[in-house]
Amino acid sequence: MPRTTPPTTTTGPVPPAGSSSDAPAGGPVSPPWEELVTSALLGTDRRPPGAAPGTGPDSAAAALLDAAALHTVRRRAGLLPAPAAPRPGPAPADPRPALPEAARSRLAQLLADRAAPGGSGGRRGTAPDLTELIPQWLATANLHGYRAPDAALPPLLDAARARTDLRPQALTFAGPRGLWLAGLNPDWKFALRGASGSALLPEVTDLDAVRRLWEEGLFAERVALLSAVRAHEAEAALALLATTWSTERAEDRLMFIDSLRTGLSGADEEFLEQALADRSRNVRATAAELLSALPGSALAHRMAARALSCVSPGLTGTGPSVAVEAPHECDAAMQRDGVVALPPSGRGERSWWLGQLVESSPLSVWPARFGGRGAPEIVTLPVADDWGEELHAAWCRAAVRQRDAEWARALLGTPSTPPSNGPGTASLAERSKLLAVLPATERADWVAGFIAAHGLSEAFQLLGVCPTPWAEPLGRSVVDALDIARDAGSYPWSFSGVMGLAERCLNPAEADRLEVLTTTPDEPADASPGANGYWSEAFQRLVSTLRLRAAMDRELIPAR
Amino acid sequence: MLLTDGGEPLGAAAPAARWTVEQVLALAPDDASRKAGNKLGSAGPWSDTGGDGSGAVWGLCRGSGSKPYRTVVDTTGPAYKCSCPSRKFPCKHALGLLLLLASGGPAVPAGDPPGWADEWLTGRRARARAKEEVPGGGPADPEAARRRAERRAERIGGGAQELEQRLTDLLRGGLAAAEQSGYGLWEETAARMVDAQAPGLAGRVRELGAIPASGPGWPVRLLEECALLHLLDTAWLGIDRLPQPLAATVRTRVGLTAAAEGPPVRDHWLVLAQYDTPEGKIVTRRVWLYGRESGRIALLLSFGAAGRSPALALPVGVTLDAGVTHFPGSGQLRAELGEQFGPPVPTGPPPPGVTVGGAIAAYGRALGDDPWLESWPVTLRDVIPVPSADGWQLVDAQGDDALPVAAAALSRPALWKLVALSGGGPVTVFGECGHRGFDPLAAWSPGREGGREGRGGATSADPSSRNRPDAVVPAAETVPLI
Repeated sequence: MPRTTPPTTTTGPVPPAGSSSDAPAGGPVSPPWEELVTSALLGTDRRPPGAAPGTGPDSAAAALLDAAALHTVRRRAGLLPAPAAPRPGPAPADPRPALPEAARSRLAQLLADRAAPGGSGGRRGTAPDLTELIPQWLATANLHGYRAPDAALPPLLDAARARTDLRPQALTFAGPRGLWLAGLNPDWKFALRGASGSALLPEVTDLDAVRRLWEEGLFAERVALLSAVRAHEAEAALALLATTWSTERAEDRLMFIDSLRTGLSGADEEFLEQALADRSRNVRATAAELLSALPGSALAHRMAARALSCVSPGLTGTGPSVAVEAPHECDAAMQRDGVVALPPSGRGERSWWLGQLVESSPLSVWPARFGGRGAPEIVTLPVADDWGEELHAAWCRAAVRQRDAEWARALLGTPSTPPSNGPGTASLAERSKLLAVLPATERADWVAGFIAAHGLSEAFQLLGVCPTPWAEPLGRSVVDALDIARDAGSYPWSFSGVMGLAERCLNPAEADRLEVLTTTPDEPADASPGANGYWSEAFQRLVSTLRLRAAMDRELIPAR
Repeated sequence: MLLTDGGEPLGAAAPAARWTVEQVLALAPDDASRKAGNKLGSAGPWSDTGGDGSGAVWGLCRGSGSKPYRTVVDTTGPAYKCSCPSRKFPCKHALGLLLLLASGGPAVPAGDPPGWADEWLTGRRARARAKEEVPGGGPADPEAARRRAERRAERIGGGAQELEQRLTDLLRGGLAAAEQSGYGLWEETAARMVDAQAPGLAGRVRELGAIPASGPGWPVRLLEECALLHLLDTAWLGIDRLPQPLAATVRTRVGLTAAAEGPPVRDHWLVLAQYDTPEGKIVTRRVWLYGRESGRIALLLSFGAAGRSPALALPVGVTLDAGVTHFPGSGQLRAELGEQFGPPVPTGPPPPGVTVGGAIAAYGRALGDDPWLESWPVTLRDVIPVPSADGWQLVDAQGDDALPVAAAALSRPALWKLVALSGGGPVTVFGECGHRGFDPLAAWSPGREGGREGRGGATSADPSSRNRPDAVVPAAETVPLI
């Protein structure tokens, strides 16, 4: 029997072609299906079906129903397979080993938690927050190089869709089959897009392929390609960029020049110096910023000359000090070097210009300017005429930009100094940027000292830049500070941010030591009512989360 | 305890049958309790946990109150008991306890049940045994029962005649008018059928009311359903002249429940799928079973009223050694779970499958016994999910026959799980095949993972290097798709 498209239904298998018109041989004669439908729609009183044998209006309707029932069952019983649509290509093979059984279960549990609707909010209880552990699980699984279980791919892609911070790890874990699957579902388009779709880029050593994609690719592909080449061989990326630079659109040029941030070196100076004359103001500003991060560049020297003319050693009373004479104008040469002439509202233009000059000057010029003093001494010199805050803030920005650990250390000062009296800046955001310049262990030590001296209320941002799991003495000082906060009788939700961080960042080996804190001691008279119970609950959650993280890591260790 | 197990491998004497995390999560009555149970699936809130060789697990779970909740699960039932006030079933504590068990390790040590758990366990098992020994017992007064049945048949007959009149009136006036009259007319007729004690008719009538709003092509669908309802009416009115099996089907369709009859079929029953559908104020839970030796498919139904979850909860993918008694009528799919022999085994091989053509033919054949059948349970072997113009198809790996995926399944996220499992290659799928297409309910991947790990496990010289003594590599793992 020939296969046809169904005349009446759009879903379901295809009815046999004859069903709509043929009466079965020997069976009761019944009118064609289309005629039955028309009669039924209009009503048998108005339009009796063709060969209604009955007498009276009721039996005409009954006869129609009889015939329709026969048709319906016959059509359903005689369905035929539909023609097949073109098949999708098979998913590429993924040679990575499968997850150990226990880890697979754990992943299912973590993803199931994410998929379920949010809880009541409010109280967090003693159980770990599983969704927050997904990033750590993915990172460890990728470290061991496991293949994602097939059935976990849809919830994994859904998780990555909802949380951009999960995407790189989730897509690595999902692998080629994940990308294949994402290609079939418009909801998962993000997986195929530029930066994260690096699996689709050619090998950076394949020069022809790189050149072809650079010339013919879409914008996102080209940005991804440039970053990949830059990460592999910095100069090759510069050469690639130079081939088409003059013909790129302004917004594209901005993205491309920004990708030179990776692997920035003196070799880029010539190109960047030319870009200072770019038609686009944003491109010029980015070029100037990049050049100022190269202390040996000509731009840095020009900026240093300007800054040195503004900041000089002076004498206040008996001791040495810093004298500041902010620039009086912003000339064309300064503007060409990236100084923005118009200050944001509420700021004086002279201090605005000064800040830009100092932050773009190499920090190495200052010790010579101040009689061979090192950074720690220079930042403690008194500054004349209330310019101190402006000058120190600019030095902070310079230390971050030039990744100068010595200056960052000097500007942070000792951790026990109260933030408002510190040498550099009181802003926690600026301080965490400075911290990021320091080596990892030093960062953790400094934050540990800060917490020991000032408690947790301002530590959240600083903790965010510390490497995980927290090294000692940082972990201990966080736990001690939490313990002190409990003894002080406050409620644990004042520290929920730090608590959450601790759950994710404390070394899992600390769990046993923390166990003692999970008990509920007698409440001191002046404590907030019920606080102890909540604290014990919060510590229980902390301990069980740490245990869970340790179990997660154990489960992911390959069998042999 | 270990010795009494005789030839069983040591692993089988572990505290209780251990289900996988996926299986336990699939037991959850809804997403909220799945999430809540998931949170309780680590050692934190639990104390005094334990399990014994008979398949019981218990533990105390600390909640917000001062007294911890007492949770017991009998995995042979499976049956759940918890001192919490939740009306969810199984509750989050039972789920958490099972997850704790599933994650292995020392969290649930072997031991003897404490008094509070033992009391419930022995009571439950005694009741189960008593129920087995006294099968029904029969009505106290057969004469009165017969009179009641006659009265009810009369009432249903009256309802069927009234419905027949409504249908005739509808067809005389035309279906086009039905679009305007809306839902109310059908609700009223359905209520009349409930009065006539014909819930099967009432359900069909209520569904008729929704068809005019179901999009293009509704007159055809409405005519089809009206015609089938008319067929059922006339079949009931002339039931005396029908052959016995068809009469049983008509009785079931009209809504008369017959008792399961015949000797129970003892077999290894693989749980293929479990899903809930709300029907009015009642939630109906359907559980599909496949008997490995008998090759039969069985459908267990369980009902939950007014916010309660149905009482029966079986994890997908486990195999039960149990007796199952089938009900008469409707292709004899519906069945009742009887006595179970030992705790469930965590895995089982899939049913042997058929091709796309075979699946459609099976539905066609089944319509011969029950023309009101919407779909028929089939297992498709070696099919590939393929995107088509208006959804998805399952296509024979060898050949060009395709079966469209039913519209109801297209919106379910689990469809993507099926596609992911397939990866463009052939898979085995169990589902309901009907005139609306194929509704996939469970799948088995081609055994890529199982195969590789199986060889690895077998060649590893030291058995203790495996992290779980009872980690028998799944021959085939059932992946739930609903």
